[in-house]
Amino acid sequence: MKVLVAVKRVVDFNVKVRVKADNTGVETANVKMSMNPFDEIAVEAAVRLKEAGAATEILAVSCGPLACQETLRTALAIGADRAILVETNEELQPLAVAKLLKAICQKESPQLVIMGKQAIDDDSNQTGQMLAGLLGWPQATFASKIELAPPGAKVTREVDGGLETISIKLPAVITTDLRLNEPRYVTLPNIMKAKKKTLEILKPDALGVDVAPRLQTLKVVEPAKRKAGVKVADAKALVEKLRNDAKVI
Amino acid sequence: MTSLVLAEHDNQSIRKATLNAVAAAKKIGGDIHVLVAGHQAGEAAKAAAQIAGVAKVLHADAPHLGEFLAESVAALIVSLAKNYSHLLAPATSNGKNVMPRAAALLDVQQISDISAVEGPDTFVRPIYAGNALATVKSKDPIKAITVRTTAFDAVPAAGGSAAIETVTPPADPGMSSFVGREVSKSERPELTAAKIIVSGGRGMGSGDNFTKVLEPLADKLGAAMGASRAAVDAGFVPNDWQVGQTGKIVAPDLYIAVGISGAIQHLAGMKDSRVIVAINKDEEAPIFQVADYGLVGDLFQLVPIVVEELKK
Repeated sequence: MKVLVAVKRVVDFNVKVRVKADNTGVETANVKMSMNPFDEIAVEAAVRLKEAGAATEILAVSCGPLACQETLRTALAIGADRAILVETNEELQPLAVAKLLKAICQKESPQLVIMGKQAIDDDSNQTGQMLAGLLGWPQATFASKIELAPPGAKVTREVDGGLETISIKLPAVITTDLRLNEPRYVTLPNIMKAKKKTLEILKPDALGVDVAPRLQTLKVVEPAKRKAGVKVADAKALVEKLRNDAKVI
Repeated sequence: MTSLVLAEHDNQSIRKATLNAVAAAKKIGGDIHVLVAGHQAGEAAKAAAQIAGVAKVLHADAPHLGEFLAESVAALIVSLAKNYSHLLAPATSNGKNVMPRAAALLDVQQISDISAVEGPDTFVRPIYAGNALATVKSKDPIKAITVRTTAFDAVPAAGGSAAIETVTPPADPGMSSFVGREVSKSERPELTAAKIIVSGGRGMGSGDNFTKVLEPLADKLGAAMGASRAAVDAGFVPNDWQVGQTGKIVAPDLYIAVGISGAIQHLAGMKDSRVIVAINKDEEAPIFQVADYGLVGDLFQLVPIVVEELKK
């Protein structure tokens, strides 16, 4: 069974982002970039399926500028077998990415697509659901457990108030939540091996996809800052403040 | 201009998140219809008809809609979409699951998690864990939207008297089926609806300490209990307690952060709370930069004293 994992290059989760002075976006020049943490979980999930003998090949796909090759190399170092970069410098919104991934799925015929539930840059939480819709495949979002049982899979999902288990037919799209697994550290030998794996570069035109953005960003601003308050001396003073000043208890 | 709001419900009653989404639809303007998709959900449809400002309730009832599976509900939304300028769902786990699928099938780019309405086609949404706010304008003919519930004050659940119209949903696509649910049982208020939240972080040290130290405080205040991602990752408490960018977004009247350092991703989920209290032994912890009241010291000594003081 072939598994496709989609990975996105984003500002590293440890970086404190700054809004650009001209309010056109967030500063990304000279900022540490990494694989979206949820996508790392997706790659790890695929590699574990392969290690368990359930998957035979893992294809990692990323959409974006040439620098995304770095992200794909990380996926290859975790254990993906080969990679495709859909290269463009255009701003890609989730619908466009879903259309690009759909075109690749039609070429590659994976039985399963795994990707993060959301990217930590635009926080959209859309691409997996959109891809499933466009392909007419079932979806299992926010997965915390995947049990493959061809011709289907049982997926436990993180939902408001607890967990929900659904059964889906394959092929399908699964998006990952935090507790699905803890991604392994990539080792130096695996980084070296990853350099030798195939990384193909395609253009959106070659896939026949129009990636023009549908949302126009008018401005990006910093949210109103919360003022730091006061330190209180002890528990008694705290309760008094809450009772008499803030009047919240 | 008419908006269709996807109701969040349990087939019996309407969940509050629906009222926040209706509030966002009201800001957009025009008529508001509410879609109740479910199984034997007549009571929920009746409750939806009472919501202030709702002109019509669409009630779709079928066994395959009972568990809110994305494939079925998205197909239903798509079948109704041509009559609407805006499709809204609260950004709950259901809304986030269903709406993007419907948006893709309609070939429109969803606008996720809006926190303000600037006009019928222009919305504000937080990005980068709420460290930036983007104002975006949609060029699509239908605006598919999920609504950050804490950003819109709920409309009254009563006062309306909308007509209920039965709609026939598309057939069961038969792609997925519901197996089971493990609901966290709790006498406490639901995290996203609570007026007071007591949250613990890595500093709690163990799941036991959540029970021994934090629970008495939450009990005394009638509060919901939450946690930082670090505490969830450490296995202290279940993931549905998680407050933050990757968990729940909350904005209670009072948020008490205990043993939480205040990572960006946690602040993203609670910094719109009205009053924030931080109890932490590290006086340099970033949580104090957003706290209205900070108490520096050992939480294991301080929290029990706070509970005692509250009893006075």
